[in-house]
Amino acid sequence: MGDILNIVLKRLGLGLVTLLVISIIIFGAVELLPGDIAQAVLGQGATEENLAALREQLGLNRAAPIRYFEWLGNAVTGDFGRSLVSQTPVSEAIFTRFGNTLFLALYAAIIAVPVAIFLGVLVALYRNTVFDRVANVVTLTSISSPEFFLGYVLILFLAVKGGYFPAIAKIDDGMSLVDKLDRTFLPALTMVLVVVAHMMRMTRASIINLLASPYVEMARLKGVPAWKVIVKHTLPNAWAPVINVVALNLAYLVTGVVLVEVVFVYPGIGQLLVDAVTKRDFPVVQACCLIFAATFILLNLAADVGSILTNPRLRHPK
Amino acid sequence: MSQDKSVLLKIKDLRIEGYSDEHWIEIVHGIDLTLHRGEVMGLIGESGAGKSTIGLAAMGFTRDGCRISKGSSIEFDGMELTTTPASDLQSLRGARIAYVAQSAAASFNPAHKIIDQHTEAPIQYRIQKRLESQEDAMELYERLRLPNPREIGFRYPHQVSGGQLQRAMTAMAMACRPDLIIFDEPTTALDVTTQIEVLSAIRDIVDQFNTAAIYITHDLAVVAQMANVIKVLLKGDEVEEADTRTMLENPKDDYTKSLWAVRDFKRDQKPRPVDTVPLVSVKNVDAAYGDTPVLHDVSFDIFAGMTVAVVGESGSGKSTAARCITGLLPPTSGEILFNGEALPPDYRDRTKDQLRQAQMIYQMADTALNPKVKISEIIGRPAQFYSGLKGPALKNRVDELLDLIELEPAQYYHRYPPELSGGQKQRIGIARTLAAEPAFIICDEVTSALDQLVAEGILRLLDKLQKELNLSYMFITHDLATVRSIADEVVVMQYGKVVEQGPKDVMFKPPHHAYTDLLLSSVPEMDPDWLTTLLEERGVDNIGEAAKLK
Amino acid sequence: MNYFIIGFYALLIGASSLAAYYQKRTPFVLLFSLTLVSFVMGIVGGESMLWAVTLLAGMIAFSAGVSYSFREFLVLILPRDLAKEMRTAPLTAGFGLFVIFTYAISGIFAPIIAPFGEAEVISSAFAPADENMLLGADQLGRDMFSRIIYGARNTVGLALLATILAFAMGATAGLYAATKGGKLDQLLGRIVDVIMSIPSLIFSLLLLSIFGTNTATLIIVIAIIYAPRVFRLARSVGGNVVVMDYIEAAKLRGEGTWYLIRKEILPNSSAPLIAEFGLEFCFVFLLVAGLSFLGLGIQPPTADWGSMVRENATLISFGEITPLIPAGAIALLTVAVNFVVDWMLYRSSGLKE
Repeated sequence: MGDILNIVLKRLGLGLVTLLVISIIIFGAVELLPGDIAQAVLGQGATEENLAALREQLGLNRAAPIRYFEWLGNAVTGDFGRSLVSQTPVSEAIFTRFGNTLFLALYAAIIAVPVAIFLGVLVALYRNTVFDRVANVVTLTSISSPEFFLGYVLILFLAVKGGYFPAIAKIDDGMSLVDKLDRTFLPALTMVLVVVAHMMRMTRASIINLLASPYVEMARLKGVPAWKVIVKHTLPNAWAPVINVVALNLAYLVTGVVLVEVVFVYPGIGQLLVDAVTKRDFPVVQACCLIFAATFILLNLAADVGSILTNPRLRHPK
Repeated sequence: MSQDKSVLLKIKDLRIEGYSDEHWIEIVHGIDLTLHRGEVMGLIGESGAGKSTIGLAAMGFTRDGCRISKGSSIEFDGMELTTTPASDLQSLRGARIAYVAQSAAASFNPAHKIIDQHTEAPIQYRIQKRLESQEDAMELYERLRLPNPREIGFRYPHQVSGGQLQRAMTAMAMACRPDLIIFDEPTTALDVTTQIEVLSAIRDIVDQFNTAAIYITHDLAVVAQMANVIKVLLKGDEVEEADTRTMLENPKDDYTKSLWAVRDFKRDQKPRPVDTVPLVSVKNVDAAYGDTPVLHDVSFDIFAGMTVAVVGESGSGKSTAARCITGLLPPTSGEILFNGEALPPDYRDRTKDQLRQAQMIYQMADTALNPKVKISEIIGRPAQFYSGLKGPALKNRVDELLDLIELEPAQYYHRYPPELSGGQKQRIGIARTLAAEPAFIICDEVTSALDQLVAEGILRLLDKLQKELNLSYMFITHDLATVRSIADEVVVMQYGKVVEQGPKDVMFKPPHHAYTDLLLSSVPEMDPDWLTTLLEERGVDNIGEAAKLK
Repeated sequence: MNYFIIGFYALLIGASSLAAYYQKRTPFVLLFSLTLVSFVMGIVGGESMLWAVTLLAGMIAFSAGVSYSFREFLVLILPRDLAKEMRTAPLTAGFGLFVIFTYAISGIFAPIIAPFGEAEVISSAFAPADENMLLGADQLGRDMFSRIIYGARNTVGLALLATILAFAMGATAGLYAATKGGKLDQLLGRIVDVIMSIPSLIFSLLLLSIFGTNTATLIIVIAIIYAPRVFRLARSVGGNVVVMDYIEAAKLRGEGTWYLIRKEILPNSSAPLIAEFGLEFCFVFLLVAGLSFLGLGIQPPTADWGSMVRENATLISFGEITPLIPAGAIALLTVAVNFVVDWMLYRSSGLKE
């Protein structure tokens, strides 16, 4: 077991380093601004005194590396500084919104993951039949459509014309869970459509890949019934690819949510990011980017560790 | 061999079609086959003969993209398999007909312990309970002479060596005591010394349980040890069938005779020239891949116009030695001399002329030729690169080279490698090395991927070229038959060291170094009694792997 | 129960029975499942739902017909070896090629096809369709149809440029790294890993917030974000080729890196790279559309599908489909490209076996 622990620890270390490098990129990108933040905030017409005052207030007079470590140190403790626009602490706005985003992603994931894996195994079993081909066309179409297209189609038919669900997903803390689920059904469904298609295709591909392996042929030649070939001989080896598929799509759910939030006016972190980018509110942009990147890396990390842990060759070293 | 001589398997007019390019094409053209209880039939043929397809069809199974044509009949113990419903076929497999695949490493599921895969079928068919079946497995492991029979089954497939896995798979096939086992090239992927163990184990257990078997292989000498009856196949057609001794002594068909005759090619041995510097000299070379040392103090010489065969099993370091000579893997110590001058260790530091002098022919002609480049350019490029030939002069040179390798220039000039057969590709590979006008050519297992007849043609061509162009060859091979036919000197390697070296006639006559002896005696011979005699000589505890370590 | 409903079910059931009678498995399964689906839809949604099903089936049949005739047309006009490939292409690929062809025509000849200029105000805001304006007017009273046509040129053109740039950078670096190996390869690999662990939409938002949104910046930013993906693919495709013996033979001959890439590696990597180009284009195109939709992409008054969706989004709440037209245009093109890529990938994987 020492081996596997080593590999996992190495992978975790690598993830941490990546995160660190990314924080440098996020911080450094803002340093690349023509002029500096103060110039960008106040515009060309600003007087020297005003600029100097703002620089003093933002601490821009100190060297970039010092400010970076300060920023990083604060960020680790949840303090992302003050918004340039509203002057309120960034973390205040971010944390509730990030919770909302996670809620939406989780909602979509709970529906999407079982459905996608089930359907993926099904099309893999019935590969090259009509069912498989229709599924191929439908999933390709779903993947290819921009989220706002799917979103507006759903709004048009299920909200405006059908009136089954609300078109705008406004939620607040006071609402009951059922209300929340109802309000956010359409954005969740939009994401489910994209993610299910993706996961289904990837599950299908990895299962078919395994079904072609000699040990599956051997099992069939041993007289093992078809369902048992899948359950006993394919699935234990399919965990690694399936875990990867799921993690990749969860990562997508968290980060691809930006467009969906805008379509449904959902108070998530994606909307906040878009607003901040438009208003050039850099502390907010940096904070949002860091949170998104961290989530993304974390999920990829989970996928890698998952596939390491389920690999029989690593679990049972020579 | 057996008392009960009733017919077990009767195949009549078996035709199988494969799907390619939107069409069904017949790949097996009406094969008849009768197998009695307890009988072992050898199916022999070159690649594309349809041996495996027929073997699987005997289980009522076809791979994806194949189908059994209407009108074919496969009768197993009175049951017509072509019309049997799938569920009944499935309950036949494993229980009454079992299968042993070529690659045991790929055919065991990496996620389960060996013994759990063994007991799967007996439990499935309710023949035995888990514990009984495990007990039985251990007994079979013991009979198959696996080390630690009570413990080895509880390991995972990747924790066990290839030869052992192959025996474990044979045990697995035996689990339900089937009437028939299909062996699909079970020893092809193994080294000769390991092959012996597996062969003898398979033969004994088939004998003990009086199981009928179909033994598929391309190696005549192997099939001679295993089968009572041999059927020769060619491109999906039967050539002839006879019992083993008759077939070996008196083959009727020309094709069969040519197969038997392949190993007759032999050429005279040349003596080492005196008072000259060796063309290539490997001096005390050590080499490593990363931190893993692979070569230890390897030294040998190759003189102009001679053929030196470097022999050894997989992992012996023979290919690594070649990589050191070409400069792909700079040695960690020691040096390579060419005409008495030290070559830079890394090929990137060598001059164009140094690179030109030493050329290489590869084992897999498929990967050695760029599929997207015309033959004329493949052969022309070295001539252009080293000699600066252009236009008509270049074309003439390419024509000349195609003539040399006995391919019609006009016909091959504009073609691409995928359009050629394996032997033709290998010839193009030879022409490419000749285009550089080298003094020295490394031949890395050049014939082992080819069918025997084609391989012989390549050996003859290489011999002819050597005489005409005074070339020196370093011949890397694991096949001692090849060594017998063309080598002047032999270098035997084991575990990265040179075990023994010398002129061929000396090397092939006793006394040998123990490992050379083991290697030489492990090469199957065409004599059906060879394996029996050998095992008697060696004693049961001293075969293969065990002997290697002594 | 009216004649439409009776006719609808009679036709479906009759057709499936016919298919069953002639033992046509595929059509039977299709028709019969359509019948079952219609039962459910009919019960839930009533007659209007059945009309929708009919309409949808008609549309699918129509596009199948168009794809079929376009494929046959290509078979006739293409040179022999390409025609042979086309003959075995699935209908979806024919459909994809047809759509791509149509978009290319409208993009290239936009000024000739479009009745009005892309920024020309010709009527009141949100005016309904009439004989002058095929699709009505947008929020400023510009002709929707003309703007859709111009959008083909602007949106697709920008995405295409960015993809080409990303490819030029990524593929060159990837093949070079595969050929050279060693430290440089590892270094590039690490850099790419880091860039790829920032989600692309988020990364582009970050960069655009800093460098502003003009067309040139947009193209460069997107190319920089997508080049690593191309690098990774080119590196792995090239890596598979580099281990071949013919590369070793060429290296031992003393050939230079550039020769190896151009003559030995590129010809053997082109098929997957072309397929990847299609996929990458889809990603880039969706990203451009997404950014424009967020108001951070192509800036007004240039006609662009993403921003058109956003500008007309309010119409959705009145049950108008206007904003769906540019969104649909985006979806249609990505679907088309994906269909073609799917076919190409299937072909290249099929050849290997």
